[in-house]
Amino acid sequence: MSRFFDSDIWWSFKRSPATMIAAVLALLFILGAVLAPLIAPHNPYDLAQISLLDSNLPPMWNTSGNADFPLGTDQQGRDILSTIMYGSRISLLVALCAVAMSIVMGVGLGLLAGYVGGRVDSIIMRIADIQLTFPAILVALLISGIGRQFVPRDLQDSLALYVIIFSIGLTGWVQYARTVRGSTLVEKSKEYVQAARVIGVSKMAIMVRHVLPNVLGPVLVIATLNIANAIIAEATLSFLGVGMPPTQPSLGTLISEGQNYLFSGEWWITVFPGIALIVMVVSVNLVGDWLRDALNPKLQ
Amino acid sequence: MTTPSVRRQTTDAFVQLKNVSKTFDVSAPWLNRVIERKPQSFLHAVSDLSFDIQRGETLALVGESGCGKSTVAKLIVGLYASSTGSVTIDGQDMKIALTSNNDAARALRRKVQMIFQDPYASLNPRWRVADIVAEPIRTHKLIANGAALDKRVAELLGFVKLTAKDGEKYPHQFSGGQRQRISIARALASNPEFLICDEPTSALDVSVQAQVLNLMKDLQREMGLTYLFISHNLQVVHHIADRVGVMYLGRLVEIGDKKEVFGDPQHPYTRMLLDAIPDLHMTGKARTPVAGEVPNPLNPPAGCAFNPRCPRRFEPCDQSRPELLRLKGRQVACFAASAAVSSPTLATSA
Repeated sequence: MSRFFDSDIWWSFKRSPATMIAAVLALLFILGAVLAPLIAPHNPYDLAQISLLDSNLPPMWNTSGNADFPLGTDQQGRDILSTIMYGSRISLLVALCAVAMSIVMGVGLGLLAGYVGGRVDSIIMRIADIQLTFPAILVALLISGIGRQFVPRDLQDSLALYVIIFSIGLTGWVQYARTVRGSTLVEKSKEYVQAARVIGVSKMAIMVRHVLPNVLGPVLVIATLNIANAIIAEATLSFLGVGMPPTQPSLGTLISEGQNYLFSGEWWITVFPGIALIVMVVSVNLVGDWLRDALNPKLQ
Repeated sequence: MTTPSVRRQTTDAFVQLKNVSKTFDVSAPWLNRVIERKPQSFLHAVSDLSFDIQRGETLALVGESGCGKSTVAKLIVGLYASSTGSVTIDGQDMKIALTSNNDAARALRRKVQMIFQDPYASLNPRWRVADIVAEPIRTHKLIANGAALDKRVAELLGFVKLTAKDGEKYPHQFSGGQRQRISIARALASNPEFLICDEPTSALDVSVQAQVLNLMKDLQREMGLTYLFISHNLQVVHHIADRVGVMYLGRLVEIGDKKEVFGDPQHPYTRMLLDAIPDLHMTGKARTPVAGEVPNPLNPPAGCAFNPRCPRRFEPCDQSRPELLRLKGRQVACFAASAAVSSPTLATSA
């Protein structure tokens, strides 16, 4: 059955050229990000490697470009291609960790709300409702801002990564909680759960061992789509200046830094990280969309 | 008609239900009630139910959909707590299995197991069959994990005519009948003494039903099990039960030996149910189709709940509710039946 299931997914994958292109692009980004220290042409954060003499070089196809720096350099002489690779590393790391945190929180609380019900359910879901009335980015800004206040000033830059993961992760749990609560309500009424209760299995064990494996299907799809959202959220926060510091720039930080030079003609400093961000988000989204359709039995 | 086979209600019956009721609060939410000025409403799923089951016996509960049969099953097994009354199994109140988690409660839970209606929903689709069958053993720590557990699981699968190799598969790889047998193997895993079977064959093909029923009968003989068998299928009940209880709208209307109840039904409702089956000891008799619908349990009729549909209705029926009385070797709750015994003339006019 699982082999059949895999081949079914593979079949729908092969039928969708857009998904294949998107998957290849997403894979390229992931490989480029993970292997950045090995394959990037320069290490933009090694002060010994950068030189102010190379600053503000245009892309290589421009007459004054340099083949050493294919996408040009920024005002400090850092290679844009390399900063993009290192930047996507941080963007992806933040997105994955934030989504993982949302999943753990959302699935846990959703399961609890759905299975225990009653007052626990009401409290958890009302908190979720309240959180949904604010735009996610506003909540992330708020959490990020408060988080920074609690961190000593000299540690702010080194802890920025954790603060931003926490703030994005905390905004994302509601979607998982709602989905999982719904599926839990369905599973809870099925006879195998009653059978476990008759046997005398504890509530906790029923939730974790019986219900949880049966509600994780939709979570996978939401998670894939949310990775793209988390990348955007991180870029937005960094662009607004509450995200990653310029010493460890993510794509959002690069765009934010570069836009200061946009009108003085050095467009490549901000445009290339921007294009990278768009391509990455769109390809992850396309893969998520395809996964949602491929796993939906009604569309097969 | 004297029947020595009707068992007297003794205090040492294995399973005892005493005046058990279950009421569900089906009121609208508080705010809606206040705004729309609606009263609270309660659904009396089971009212004042008392019966005994002796050790080694099969009692079948029959009745139309919504008459409270499954609620009774869930009350006995401890999935619901009774609103009033008590359920006693082997001298222990089932309340402790619901409220506490000490050794006595666990021992009680181990003794009582249940087989469910839908074999497609009662097995967790993501568990291997061996793990499903081993779950009661692991939960009650009857056998430590390892070779002994594997052996026991293989033995249990053998009881239900499956092989140890089947334990490696997932539930969806089996047919409905096989799944129901897996369910039975799981129910047997904790060495229970009392099995509650909630319509265990209603989701199966007729050919497979007989197979499962015969298996259950064999297991009962070999292991000395006590069954409460819930069904709306009178042929199945006739095949498996020793005693039969007929329920209508949450109450017992007739209970007694299978031979008595099926052979000479006293309650008009029992008679209507039996008449609705074409080929069960009914050949040649005039048939009364079951007329009308089950009344709304939220708003039951006054007096005897069956009176709007009853062909033998007469004066007291919509005034007061008949008690369950001993009559012709079984217990019946019907004014007409009681009157027919005390003064036969009234029965002919009714």
